[in-house]
Amino acid sequence: MAALEEGFTLTAVPLGSGPDGPLGVEQSDKTDQFLVTDSGRTVILYKVSDQKPLGSWSVKQGQIITCPAVCNFQTGEYIVVHDNKVLRIWNNEDVNLDKVFKATLSAEVYRIHSIQGAEPLVLFKEGAIRGLEALLAEPQQKIETVTSDEEVIKWTKFFMVFRHPVLIFITEKHGNYFAYVQKFNSRILSKYTLLLRQEEKSAAQSFSASVYRKFISLMSLSSDGCVYETLIPIHPSDPEKNQRVVRSLLLKSVVSGSARSGVALTILDQDHVAVLGPPLSASKECLSIWNTKFQTLQASKELPQGTSGQLWYHGENLFMLHGKFLTVIPYKCEVSSLAGALGKLKHSQDPDIHAMTHFVNWETSQGYGLGSQNSEQSKRILRRRKIEASVQPEVPPSTQLLAAVQKDSEKHIEVELRKFLAVKRTPDFHTIIGDVVIGLLGRCKAEPSFYPRNCLMQLIQTRVLSYSLCPGLMEFALEKTDVQILQLCLQQFPDIPESVTCACLKIFLSIGDDSLQETDINMESVSDYTAIIQDGEIEEQTEILQNGFNPEEDNCENCAQELTEKPQAAAEESTSCPVTGKRAALLENATMTLPGIHPPTLNQIMDWICLLLDANFTVVVMLPEAKRLLLSLYKFVKSQISICSELNKIEVSFRELQKLNQEKTNRELYSIEVLELF
Amino acid sequence: MWGRGGERRAPRVASPSAGMGEFKVHRVRFFNYVPSGIRCVAYNNQSNRLAVSRTDGTVEIYNLSANYFQEKFFPGHESRATEALCWANGQRLFSAGLNGEIIEYDLQALNIKYAMDAFGGPIWSMAASPSGSQLLVGCEDGSVKLFQITPDKIQFERNFDRQKSRILSLSWHPAGTHIAAGSIDYISVFDVKSGSAIHKMLVDRQYMGVSKRKCIVWGVAFLSDGTVISADSAGKVQFWDSATGTLVKNHLIADADVQSIAVSDQEDSFVVGTAEGTVFHFQLVSVTSNSSEKQWVRTKPFQHHTHDVRAVAHSPIALISGGTDTHLVIRPLMEKVEVKNYDAALRKITFPHRRLVSCAKKKQLLLFQFAHHLELWRLGSTVATGKNGDTLPLSKNADHLLHLKTKGPENIICSCISPCGSWIAYSTASRFFLYRLNYEHDNINLQRVSKMPAFLRSALQILFSEDSAKLFVASNQGSLHVIRLLEGSFKHLHTFQPQSGTVESMCLLAVSPDGNWLAASGTSAGVHVYNVKQLKLHCTVPAYNFPVTALAIAPNTNNLVIAHSDQQVFEYSIPDKQYTQWSRTIQKQGFHHLWLQRDTPITHISFHPKRPMHILLHDAYMFCIIDKSLPLPNDKTLLYNPLPPTNESDIIRRRTAHAFKISKKYKPLLFMDLLDERTLVAVERPLDDIIAQLPPPIKKKKFGT
Repeated sequence: MAALEEGFTLTAVPLGSGPDGPLGVEQSDKTDQFLVTDSGRTVILYKVSDQKPLGSWSVKQGQIITCPAVCNFQTGEYIVVHDNKVLRIWNNEDVNLDKVFKATLSAEVYRIHSIQGAEPLVLFKEGAIRGLEALLAEPQQKIETVTSDEEVIKWTKFFMVFRHPVLIFITEKHGNYFAYVQKFNSRILSKYTLLLRQEEKSAAQSFSASVYRKFISLMSLSSDGCVYETLIPIHPSDPEKNQRVVRSLLLKSVVSGSARSGVALTILDQDHVAVLGPPLSASKECLSIWNTKFQTLQASKELPQGTSGQLWYHGENLFMLHGKFLTVIPYKCEVSSLAGALGKLKHSQDPDIHAMTHFVNWETSQGYGLGSQNSEQSKRILRRRKIEASVQPEVPPSTQLLAAVQKDSEKHIEVELRKFLAVKRTPDFHTIIGDVVIGLLGRCKAEPSFYPRNCLMQLIQTRVLSYSLCPGLMEFALEKTDVQILQLCLQQFPDIPESVTCACLKIFLSIGDDSLQETDINMESVSDYTAIIQDGEIEEQTEILQNGFNPEEDNCENCAQELTEKPQAAAEESTSCPVTGKRAALLENATMTLPGIHPPTLNQIMDWICLLLDANFTVVVMLPEAKRLLLSLYKFVKSQISICSELNKIEVSFRELQKLNQEKTNRELYSIEVLELF
Repeated sequence: MWGRGGERRAPRVASPSAGMGEFKVHRVRFFNYVPSGIRCVAYNNQSNRLAVSRTDGTVEIYNLSANYFQEKFFPGHESRATEALCWANGQRLFSAGLNGEIIEYDLQALNIKYAMDAFGGPIWSMAASPSGSQLLVGCEDGSVKLFQITPDKIQFERNFDRQKSRILSLSWHPAGTHIAAGSIDYISVFDVKSGSAIHKMLVDRQYMGVSKRKCIVWGVAFLSDGTVISADSAGKVQFWDSATGTLVKNHLIADADVQSIAVSDQEDSFVVGTAEGTVFHFQLVSVTSNSSEKQWVRTKPFQHHTHDVRAVAHSPIALISGGTDTHLVIRPLMEKVEVKNYDAALRKITFPHRRLVSCAKKKQLLLFQFAHHLELWRLGSTVATGKNGDTLPLSKNADHLLHLKTKGPENIICSCISPCGSWIAYSTASRFFLYRLNYEHDNINLQRVSKMPAFLRSALQILFSEDSAKLFVASNQGSLHVIRLLEGSFKHLHTFQPQSGTVESMCLLAVSPDGNWLAASGTSAGVHVYNVKQLKLHCTVPAYNFPVTALAIAPNTNNLVIAHSDQQVFEYSIPDKQYTQWSRTIQKQGFHHLWLQRDTPITHISFHPKRPMHILLHDAYMFCIIDKSLPLPNDKTLLYNPLPPTNESDIIRRRTAHAFKISKKYKPLLFMDLLDERTLVAVERPLDDIIAQLPPPIKKKKFGT
């Protein structure tokens, strides 16, 4: 559940004289450190957990900061714009902003955006966008105008979509709103008109956006106090055309409609938004967390001293001005987990996921690997030279292998592979294996007749491959319905996506028994299974012992038969079972890729679902998608109740019958009977 | 119809293979015996024995190593309701009850060693210290009293801080430093050194939102880590931190009282019993796999009882429970049982493992023994005949001839009617009674033989000789008295003194039909055979690992047949002083596995007057005639075939199949004997009849809410 924790004030001294609160709160390259730009002349670097400033920089008297300072994550420097056109870049060691790097631009800057993993971007007031490097190379370059006259930028956000930076900005002109989406991989700027329904002529007051699948979900908090959502496609069908997008109501009346100022909205995660503003017209301002999916208020915190209507969300912290002080309220949304609900959550430090060692740390492996290989190679070369100077340095088997993959026959590749595997593993072993597989797969696609099955199997069994290292491999095996390779992959890969597991399951279930017969499948996992069956039998057997001579056991004839026929019966079982051993082994492998050492049993899953329903019943009741489920549950429970009541009636009738019967036998307290013993 | 049956039967009787033939069976169900409810159970790990006390004050000792045989018992007493039972200092057994007395039992002589008043009013609870040197009792007046256990007695040491109300449960911390005491509405934790209460933990009276008048803490258990587990009348099992006196965890497990609790020695599992007849198993399990953090989880419910489970015990391999429904249930923990043996089976012990019925064959009389009275019945008769399975019309019904009430508060230990039906003898813990009966048509004249000698004070077993001229009495000092009976008087002939050094009491007696031999057996040592004519010990049958459950001497051959609790049967020739050839053969070959798996002991053995090769024996669920002339069954043969034979050849085949002819028609079977060659008497006690006499159980719907 989402929850707001106890907040704390960041500044002991009130922020600068600016009437509208701080200009911005931005992340620095160190976690827990944030750049706070006030609307006057100062930029302060705070360490949030210590609640203390680490540095403070001010522009000269007479100058004014117009754009919040950001951190260039690529260099660790800070960037700020003052007086609309003057760019300053400095770092922690600099004391005086006046003496740091300065660039005067030809147009007015709206915002500088910087996020992890991308070059900072400069958005100009006229809608033009430039990368920082390009701009610095030629500060006085001409900046084009994108937006029309009187169109002003209201809000902007920069994020990564599938590793490509995307910038969105919202403009307003005469009460109409437009969204511009700039993608940098394709250099396409798309423009959208945000359509309001006729009755909703309300001005948007605050925006927030997040990426949701193939859309940018743009949320706006309007002056009527409602939150609207607009879905903007990331990949527009016709980017050149001005398109229209409709906004839909997401949350109703989260803040008072009459609130003139001090409302803000920010998306926290897929299902949660934070809203700042007075919930009722007369009430004090509040920070509230709403669940958009269930439309429920999850948490709320009153801010009696008023806010500036600004809200920033970085990491796990919500920043806002409360009274005259910048306040940080940590926000937590625990991922609901069945395992957690049952206390079966695995401790993350548990070393039982040994499979994780298969993953390669690319950062270290690559750098270190290459370096060391080079040095080793050179050493080897040196050594050889000492012994026999005339011999040419041997080509490493990996190179030969990679070369063989591209052109040689299957046989030859096998030989090369064996050679390569025989050599002591070098640190870049992972990458080479990955490259080999990718090379092989590429060739398979190019030459339909080429299918180096043995090589692939050997490669999988090196235990260094993972799904992400060779994503095409399993798809290819699925295409070929090569269950043996699939089984190996399922056994070895630690990171198979669910969809692929499902596809494997489908194949395992649909493949014909005759074709299974021919394949060589590892049945180890099912041998356990048969052992378990036998255990069960033993257990049952001991039950028989309960009363050496009790009536259930009277039919000794059957017992004796059971005893003699047991081995035979076991043999029959394995053949008469609808799932053959091989298929069972395959299915076992597929289900074993589910998280945890043992896949959950049906009863466990039922327990979890019951717990989950219990815990979230009120929420489920409100969820429109759950309506059908609830209805069928209701029907089911109703039928169960009627069954139970009937069963109770039957039980009572039986008891009465038993009583009658007893009375009959009770009367016969004494009898003389004839017994013949055989 | 009868005639036709007779015709069909006629040639078969003549045929030589019709060895067993046909019996008229007097099927008796009017023995209105109701066992007393179980009040306490106490398990002794050292000897693997279980002590069980019943509401009538009877205390029984079960030997769990000897196939759960009830090897000893101490008769009850009207004024001695046991509320607490415990083992201390190794194998000393103590009980305490509402008469305010602490009693120690003599497990050798099978009597009460001493009774000592604790002077605290009725005693509700008792616990021996982990070291076994101290005994703690909780009394009605709220006092907790500490006694020092001395080698031959107990000695009052001191009182702990007096509490407001009665102390219903007590438990020692395994280190012996603290105790927990359950009272009404609260649990106290005492420091043993100072005797002062250091914590008082209040138990919530609320039950499902309704405030009950009182919350009675029926059971407490103190664990090594300082946790106190309590079981109370509001259906809760609660975990308390004794260091802070705070409630740690609460399990609401029943709509009724949780009445008993027992923890395993390893403290990784415990068991509680509720008034709904349910027994819950709690186990300490890891919170997550591979983690050392553990928590108590209710793992298994068992419903083997219909009524209150007043007492539970936890042996290393089983959960033991008993209560108002009189059953003692031993439920093995399958995960702890490694091999399939006696321990792997669920046991339900309802009837005593000794005979409560004796029979005067010639007069067709049955004597039933109850706790405080004896009943004498005469069997009816019929002139009709029939075929297998027929119920014959009675020409005369059974008669209740006599109801003999004991004098005094003590329970009857044993009783016997002479074969001629003219003598009845019985004994309580302090008095021996002998009556002479005269039958005049339908009237019975009962005359007590007065002036019993001083040495005949208490008997563990009484037996008349076949000609009813001699009376054999096994006293609890280990001696055997032989008495000659004369018309209206008696004469003490001899006393066989116990073997030097042994004080073990004889519980089982058997006399040869010719009156020459007397066999007597205790619980562990071998069977002694005395020559009655020469009044000396003839021989001793070698001791066997398992206790004797039944004894009998065959006519003519004077072969002694001995049944043991592990279901072995031996035949020992008294004249030859050695095991018979048949006994050696069956030992060599071994009994059928199903025979050995029976879970009730053989309680009676008798012989066919005309067929020396036949031995008749029975347990609670079957009776069997062993025909020694037939081959023995091996594990592959069918021991018992419940289906009637379908045709003539099948009959012949079955008759000659093997030596064990078994019938399970009559059960639970308390007594079975041959009245004459063709007549059997079977005394059954159907469980339903017992249940019908118990108070109604708490009703629980089986289905739904």
